Amino acid sequence: MIRRILPHPFMSVLIVLVWMALVNRFAWGSLVFAAMLAVAVPLFTAPYWPGKPRVRRPLKLVAYTALVIWDIIRANVDVAKIVLFTPSSDLRPAWVVVPLDLESAEGITVLAATITLTPGTVTADVSGNGNALLVHCLHAPDPAAIVADIKSRYESRLKEIFT
Amino acid sequence: MTALAQVLVAALLVIGGGFALVGAWGLVRLPDAMTRLHGPTKAATLGVGAVLIASMLYFWGVKGVPSWHELLIALFLFVTAPITGFFLSKANLHRSWDRTEIPPPPGPGNDWATFGDEADVAGTERPDPR
Repeated sequence: MIRRILPHPFMSVLIVLVWMALVNRFAWGSLVFAAMLAVAVPLFTAPYWPGKPRVRRPLKLVAYTALVIWDIIRANVDVAKIVLFTPSSDLRPAWVVVPLDLESAEGITVLAATITLTPGTVTADVSGNGNALLVHCLHAPDPAAIVADIKSRYESRLKEIFT
Repeated sequence: MTALAQVLVAALLVIGGGFALVGAWGLVRLPDAMTRLHGPTKAATLGVGAVLIASMLYFWGVKGVPSWHELLIALFLFVTAPITGFFLSKANLHRSWDRTEIPPPPGPGNDWATFGDEADVAGTERPDPR
């Protein structure tokens, strides 16, 4: 019954939170309207959500978000240093291939977004059958170390979160 | 309390502005289109982030009213920035790179989604639960 009304409980919770943040102050009327949206939006957008993203460990996702935010701050300082102090002739931009053990589409999407937001790397493409990501590095004297870092720091954690 | 908040807000605004400036400078000075992508996708996120935190602090600490809009801006920014970067680099792969310059993905008969003929099949292989 609950599954029928709320096919995507996480999305519903997110809609309520976003709506309440948009309203910007608490009022019961807004909460009721948010609840209505939380039921209506997943229902009307159901055709766009054929699969069911499965999050196994929601708490780990929170820890992962904190780690990524911390890394984004570090990334900014690193990239700022490169932009300001590394002459273009010393810059070693490189394409690296990151083979994936992750299989869930949502997990790969989160990993690709994480790579783009963190130290000197941008995700450029995914392979046709989804077994690797193409990543561009701003400054990569040692590409193998970057691949190892991405796999151990982010992918191993995401594998525990997304089945 | 208010004075402390004001100092913090000012500091955050300066930090945010500094990072945004570095991001813009990176866009100007880095040598090619792919490296230029690194400036705006990163340096700018912290720049905007610091300004958003400053805005929240201002409303909470100085004006005394809570404000949640900044969290939403941060959320949307973090969700959309990688996608912009992704599209820009895909367009770039086609325009200024030769396929032979890009390392191939592992596995026989496998190609990057941008180049492969099956680009539109890759994302739709998920089994339909119904």
